Amino acid sequence: MIELIRQPWPWYVAGPLIGLMVPALLIFGNKSLGISSSLRHVCAACIPAGISFFNYDWKKEIWNLFFVFGVFLGGIITVYYLKNDAAVVVNPSLMQELSTYGINDYSNLVPIELFNFGALFTLRGFILMVVGGFLVGFGTRYAGGCTSGHAIMGLSNLQLPSLIATISFMVGGFIMANLILPLILSL
Amino acid sequence: MQEQNKEINTDFEVRSLDAICVNEEHVQTPSWHNLKYLAFGMLFGIILIKSEVISWFRIQEMFRLQSFHMFGVIGSAVVVGAISVFLIKKFNIKTIHGEEVILPEKSFNKGQIFGGLMFGFGWAMTGACPGPLFAQLGYGATATLITIFMAIVGTWVYGLIREKLPH
Repeated sequence: MIELIRQPWPWYVAGPLIGLMVPALLIFGNKSLGISSSLRHVCAACIPAGISFFNYDWKKEIWNLFFVFGVFLGGIITVYYLKNDAAVVVNPSLMQELSTYGINDYSNLVPIELFNFGALFTLRGFILMVVGGFLVGFGTRYAGGCTSGHAIMGLSNLQLPSLIATISFMVGGFIMANLILPLILSL
Repeated sequence: MQEQNKEINTDFEVRSLDAICVNEEHVQTPSWHNLKYLAFGMLFGIILIKSEVISWFRIQEMFRLQSFHMFGVIGSAVVVGAISVFLIKKFNIKTIHGEEVILPEKSFNKGQIFGGLMFGFGWAMTGACPGPLFAQLGYGATATLITIFMAIVGTWVYGLIREKLPH
């Protein structure tokens, strides 16, 4: 059994499990699934700086920070107990493309060649980590949610704004991955 | 008491400006109850990693239409989530504390398009949305600390200039 869990999970197992997070949080605590708000709560807790957007009682949303800390712990548990040592298997044409940029290490969740502290001082590493991270934080808050809040929770509740947001996420991702990222990786 | 209620309502307004989680339990529960969210979060983190949906490589595959995997995960998650919400509404299922389940309605604003596109760019660059960032860190991708820090900075800058942005 544990061997089976260690293998990468197919989409038809993982997807429904993620979907079940929605009713689980609603029924156990009347909470809507969402993660990017946690970043706002961190701002509100640590550096509100008199900005009205951060001037609210973040302690009422503390469940969200517990949830996010749980996600972090989930990562640690997976490394120690559920890790599968085989590298992630992706489409051969992607591997071929990435190898032209010097990306050949598939052992972690992110390409080690791009995401490490040393790479911060290279142009492409800086753009990917610093600019990319900034866009994730700014964009999700501007959009009012991320993949979990809009794509999973919002669409589950049949919210049209969430559909618009989800389509925008995908369009942005397609443009970046196909048109801009190749230029960044060539730097 | 009256005053206090008023305060809570104002607070709700502020948070619901765009927060996706404005829910609040009206039943007072001891703070150790928050541990259940820790447990759910752990489960969520494990699922995200074991399904590889937070792998940078899988994200690249998705945006190049080279694999069905990601679309299958998100699609089936939405189907299961939507059926669950439908059933909760249809049978008026209550929470474990007997409360009515709150499902906030979202209203449209241009931020969903502009912010959505920006997040899409960031998603394809970092291979992560906010949840996965924390799972990546736990999984040992320590450089993700930089990405998380910058995501917090991005959120903060948004808060700083949000009045000037088109919504």
